[in-house]
Parts: sequence; structure tokens; C-alpha cells
Amino acid sequence: MNNSIAKEKIISLRKKRSLEDMRFKYYGFTAMCLSLAVLVFLLYTIFSKGYTAFQKTIVLLEVDYNQEVLKLTPDSSDEDMEKGKFFRVKKQAIENFFPDLSKSDIKLVKKLFSINVDKEIKDYFLDNPEVINTKQQIWVTAHSDVDQLLKGNSRRDVPEDRRKLNDIQLSYVDQLVEENRVKQVFNNFFFTKADSRHPEIAGVAGSFMGSLFTLFTVFILSFPIAIGASVYLEEFAPKNRITELIEVNISNLAAVPSIVFGLLGLGVLLNVFGLPRSTPLVGGSVLALMTLPTIIIACRASLKAVPPSIKEGALAVGATKTQAVFHHVVPLALPGTLTGTIIGLAQALGETAPLIMIGMIAFIPNIPTGLTEPSAALPVQIYLWVESAERGFQEKSAAAIMVILIFLFMMNAIAVFLRNRFERKW
Amino acid sequence: MSNSKILANGVDVYYGSKQALFGISMDIKEKEVTALIGPSGCGKSTFLRCINRMNDLIEICKVSGSIKVDNEEIISEKTDVVSLRSKIGMVFQKPNPFPKSIFDNVAYGPTIHGLVDSKNELEEIVHSSLKKAGLFDEVKDRLNEPGTSLSGGQQQRLCIARAIAVNPEIILMDEPCSALDPIATAIIEELIDELRLNYTIIIVTHSMQQAARVSQKTCFFHLGELIETGETNKIFTNPDNTKTQDYITGRFG
Repeated sequence: MNNSIAKEKIISLRKKRSLEDMRFKYYGFTAMCLSLAVLVFLLYTIFSKGYTAFQKTIVLLEVDYNQEVLKLTPDSSDEDMEKGKFFRVKKQAIENFFPDLSKSDIKLVKKLFSINVDKEIKDYFLDNPEVINTKQQIWVTAHSDVDQLLKGNSRRDVPEDRRKLNDIQLSYVDQLVEENRVKQVFNNFFFTKADSRHPEIAGVAGSFMGSLFTLFTVFILSFPIAIGASVYLEEFAPKNRITELIEVNISNLAAVPSIVFGLLGLGVLLNVFGLPRSTPLVGGSVLALMTLPTIIIACRASLKAVPPSIKEGALAVGATKTQAVFHHVVPLALPGTLTGTIIGLAQALGETAPLIMIGMIAFIPNIPTGLTEPSAALPVQIYLWVESAERGFQEKSAAAIMVILIFLFMMNAIAVFLRNRFERKW
Repeated sequence: MSNSKILANGVDVYYGSKQALFGISMDIKEKEVTALIGPSGCGKSTFLRCINRMNDLIEICKVSGSIKVDNEEIISEKTDVVSLRSKIGMVFQKPNPFPKSIFDNVAYGPTIHGLVDSKNELEEIVHSSLKKAGLFDEVKDRLNEPGTSLSGGQQQRLCIARAIAVNPEIILMDEPCSALDPIATAIIEELIDELRLNYTIIIVTHSMQQAARVSQKTCFFHLGELIETGETNKIFTNPDNTKTQDYITGRFG
């Protein structure tokens, strides 16, 4: 009797336990689905908002390169060509854009074109000087307001005073569409230009290069220091109070808010050492300090993962400690070290706060060419664009997020590749 | 009677505050195989690792007493550990080839010690070491393949080849066959028998049969003390100490 009761108890307990198993499995599955759904939603929002930024609107404009208007002759030297009166050509072209335009209408038509049109008219001429005294149909960049209207980002059913384009301008745009004098093409400006006040000619090239230079600085500074520090701590340092203290504080440093490192950069690098503001050199140094603990922790973990038997084997044939470490332990730990470094770099790539502190938030309309030139960085650029009221920047910021995500994705892919390529089994 | 190669006198080893070896004294003769036997945790591996100062790796380990190799004291601050280890090779319990090619595994020692001047010389050393370890015929066509691709027994022989490539006089073996199957074990034992002609060998083993098969001298350790040492034949047939008797006949351990 007693026996069968005990048996029943065991069976019911077993059922309960297997039910628990099942429940836990479903909890996990639900959690995973939820996070996937959020991720998909996030990516979808970014993509659906941002993909239009990869297209720009161009308008067909008839330009008369008359030598009188340009104040040039067909025999002018290249230098003189540079000084041609292209703004007069443009003015004339806009005046004749539609037949019989009044003065006030011309003003309205002018606002359909990007500020960059002057340069485009000039560049076209400089590339093809033989077009002097001919009429040319050239595609020029439309103003961001036209661009946004045609992309459907700004609505035309709101009252006129709350629109960027008034009714007359709308009718002009409609006329252009009807006559096929406007079209959308790939937006090369987005990838070749730096920031601008005008959305249609603003691009990520400047901030991309800025981020690249910054990451380069981070890598150069943090990789050797991190390797050195972690090899020393892991293989050579005596185990005593001081090393313990250092170890604890490395972990603490990894948890320090990034803006504190920005303050450090501002206080020490800019004010004490007088390094130039807003430059990748300073930004990279600050981010290197920020990522160092992360990289050191990753490096130490990968050094620790190398089986001690390998080191013992080397020591047993008479290698010195340094030889054993650098011939055997470090090469084996290298894939893990590189992965850790790239993860640290990825963290640095997305960091905004410290860069704001050291002035990398300034408006920089040029593409930087060196470490000591003022530049923006991708996350700061996104921050700047999200903040601006101009409609055209909204899609740009989403597109810039895509760029930074792809950048991150590629860095992680490199990390995985390196790990698989160099990982050795023992 | 051959000469004393290693002379240990009153060796104490502490791991922190715990004493692992109590006054071990031992005389190991040249070109003989000495087997260290005893139950787990009795200190035989600890003693073995004193001889090439591998215990230095363990920070809390303190060694006192005297060990003389060729009449030279090695338990001292002044001992050149690197040259000591090039004179005393070691083979570990688990085969631990470097994750490099078979060739590089054997070539590593001679290269770092500068034993060779040319590539041909290096090749010669590698080939002869592999031959001495009885591995050459099995791997001669794939010297560039990773050492880790070999079977366990082959890996262990590769480690032996690696140890003898630096031309040591003594080889320490820490349970070299514990991870191997009986066939691979038999091959290694045969090899040990051959190596005895040129090297002084000390082998730690858990297998009494193995000790009986390969060694000339046997030392029985128990709880950090050296209980009995003597001719292998005598230890296994007519030991003086009852503890040895009990261990050998399988009453404990």
C-alpha cells in the first residue's frame, strides 16, 4: 500500500518536472520570437524611411552657353574658363525655363532648383568646353522640397501657408512631371559629399571618412596597448594585491559611462595638451581609452583559453618564458584577440556622447583627409540630421543609420571570418 | 655499475601551506629507466616536475632540499632553467603537440637553441629525431600536416621526438601512456626500451605492469614519502616494505 503511494508520488512529480521543461522551452521560444519581431520592426522602419535617400530628383534644364553671356571666347585658357560668368547662364536658363514667366514667377521657379545647380552648369561646361555657343539640355539637381514632394514625403493637401511649395510651384512641378522633364536617379551625392545645410546635397562621405580615421586611431592606440597589458597581466605579472587591484579596476573602467571619457578628452587632451578640437585624433584617443578595458578583458579571456599544456610543452624543450608566450600562446590567442578588438571598435563606432564633448558635433562641410582635420563621425551625423527640422534630412538620417549598420555588420563579419580563418584546434 | 645521474637529497615540496613531498632522497643512475609508482596524489609527478623545475610555473609551489644533476645543484636561484630544460626533456601525460606542422613541432627546440646553422642540418635533426621516436616511417610523407592531426599514440611519439630533438641527456615521462590504447602503449614501451640505450629515463606510471615491463629501478611513493626504492625485479617480487607489498598486490591504491 505504502509502496504504491510512493510510486504515484514519484510519477506525479516526474510529470510536473517534464511539464516544467516544456514550459521553459516555450518561454525561451517566445522570448526569442519577441526579440526577432522587434528587430524586424526596427529594421523595417529604418529601411522604409531611409531607402528614398538613395535617390535624388533631377530636372532637365536647357542651358545656353552663349559666349557673350559667359564673357568667354572659344579660345579662352582653362584659367579663364574657371572664371566664366556661369551664374548669368543659369539665370538666363531659369528665366526661360517656362515660356512667358513674370518676375515673381521666376523667383518661384528658382526655388525649384538646388543651390548646387551653378556648379553643375559650370562643371558640365568645363568637361565639354566645345559646347560654347550651343544650347544644351542638362539634368540638374532639384531642390529638396521638390524631391520630398515627388517622393511623397511631404503632403500637398495641407494649407498653402504650411507648405514649402506654394500652389503655383506645385503646378510647375506637375507640369514638369507631365513633360517628363523630371526624374529620379541614384543619389551619388549621398556617398560622395559631406554634410551640407541643403538636404539635397548632403552626404555621409565626410562623416564616414571621419569615422574611419577615428577608428584607425582607436585601433592603432588600443590594440598594441591592450595586447601588451593583457599578456603582461595574464602571463608575467606576479599574483599580488596590486595586480588584483588593477584587474578589478579594468573591469570597473569598462563600466564607466562613455561621456566621462569625453570629459577627460575635453579636460586633458584639448585643454592641457592643446590638441586640435573636433579631430579624429582626439576623438580616436578618447574612444581608445573607452574601449581599452573591453579589449583587454577579451584579450585576457582568449589568452586564458589557450591550454597551459602548450606553454608547458614549449618550456619543457627549453624555451624562455617570453618565447613560450610569444611563439605559442599569443598566436593561438590571436583570433580571439582580434575578435575582441573588432567588437571594441564596433562599440567605438557607435559612440556619440564622448565625441560631442570634444567638439566632433561641429558642422563640417568638407571631407576630412587626415587625422588632424576637423571632421564629423557617423553617429554624430545621424544625431545632427535627426535634430534638424528640414524634411529632407529625415530620410538622410535613416539612410545614415543604414550605412552605420552595414559598417557594423561588415566589421562583425570580418571578426567572424578572422576567427574561423585563424582558429586552430588542439 | 653506472654512475649517478640525478642525486636528490631531502627534497621537500609545499603547495602553499600543504606539504606534498617529505624529504625525498633518491639516486638515479645513468642510462636506466626508473619508474615512479604510487597511488594518485602521492607526489610522484610533483617530484618529477622538480627535476626540470616545471614546478616554477605553479606560483604557490615551494621546493627545498637538494637535487643534483651531474653533480650540479639545480634547486637554486642561480640555476639556468633554460639550459637545464634543454638537458632534461619532458613528455607529458596528455600529448601536447604544438598546433603546427609535424616538422615545426620537432624543429622548434633546435631552432630556439640555435643548434643548427642551415636548413639541411635542421632537416637532418628532425628526421633523425622522428626516426629515434619510431615515427618517421609513418609521417615522412606528410611532415607539413599539423601535428594535431595524428592519432594519440603518434602524437605522444611526436612529443618524444620533440623532446629528443634538443639532444637531452634525461627524459622525464609523466604517465605518457595514460591517454593511449594498449597497442599505442605497447609501441611507446618498446620505444622507451630502445631509448634507454642513450638516455636516462624517469617515468611516472599508474600501471604496475608497465613499470615492471620497462623499468630497471622502481620507486614507490605514498602520501608524499618515498617508501621504497630498488631493483624493479625485487620491488615486484619481494619488497621490503609491507605498504609496497599491499600496493603491488592491489590491496589499496
